[in-house]
Amino acid sequence: MKRWLPQPLTSGCLWLVWLLLAQSLTPGHLLLGGLLALVLPLFTVRFWPDRPRVRRPLLLLPYLAVLLWDITLANLVAARLILGPARRLRPAFIRLPLDLRSELAIVLLTHTISLTPGTVAAHLSPDQRVLLIHALDVDDEAALIARIKQRYEQPLKEIFAC
Amino acid sequence: MLEMLTALFLLIGAAFALIGSVGLARLPDLFMRLHGPTKATTLGIGGILIASILHFSDQGQGVSLHEILITLFVFTTAPISAYLVARTGLHLDARNGDNVD
Repeated sequence: MKRWLPQPLTSGCLWLVWLLLAQSLTPGHLLLGGLLALVLPLFTVRFWPDRPRVRRPLLLLPYLAVLLWDITLANLVAARLILGPARRLRPAFIRLPLDLRSELAIVLLTHTISLTPGTVAAHLSPDQRVLLIHALDVDDEAALIARIKQRYEQPLKEIFAC
Repeated sequence: MLEMLTALFLLIGAAFALIGSVGLARLPDLFMRLHGPTKATTLGIGGILIASILHFSDQGQGVSLHEILITLFVFTTAPISAYLVARTGLHLDARNGDNVD
C-alpha cells in the first residue's frame, strides 16, 4: 500500500485537478486521471525530504473558509491603505517565532501571511524558526504576532500535528 | 439579471486590479510596493473569475469550473513570487550596508 500509493492526499488532489481540467466525469477521464494520480506521485515522491503527515485533513476546510474571508477583508484593508496618504503608513519588519516544524505547514503559513491583511512573508531563517514579515501599517507589533499565531498557526498545528 | 451580476463582478474585479496597480506605482519603497500586487490583485482576479464562471456556465455547456483551478494556481504562486522579490530586496539592502536582519 505504502509502496504503490506513497502520498494518498497528493494523489487525490491530482485526480481532482485532472477532472477539473478536463471538466468532465466520463469513465475515460476518470480512468486517465486516476492513472496519472497513481503514477505521478511515484516519480515525485523522491523530491519530498520529509513526508508531510496530515493528521486531520478535514480541519483544512474551516481553515480555508476563514482564509477566504480574510483575503476578502485584506483586499479592502489594503485598498484603503494604498489609496490613503502614503505618509501615514507605518511599515515595519516583524519577526514571527515559529512553533510549526513541518515544512509543508510553514509553507502554508507563509502563503496565508502573504495573502492576508497588510503582511508579506519576506524571509525564513535558515533554521526555520523565525519568519521575517513585512507589514504595511503596524500599530501594535505584539498584537499582530498574537493574531497570526492564534488565527493561523494554531489551526495549522492541529492539522499537521507538529 | 445574470448579465448584471456578471458585469458587477467584472467591475469589482477590475477595480481591485486597478487599486493593486496603483499601489505598485505610488507606494514609496520595494517592500511596501509588494503589498499591492499580492493582495489587491487576488480579489481582482477572484472577481473576474467569478464573472467568468457566471458567464460561461450560462452558455448551455454545463457549469464552468476551470476558474477554480486558475484561482488555486494564482493563490499558490502569488505569495511565492512576493517572497522571492522580498528576499532579493533584503539581499540588496544588506549588500548596500543597510542591514535589516
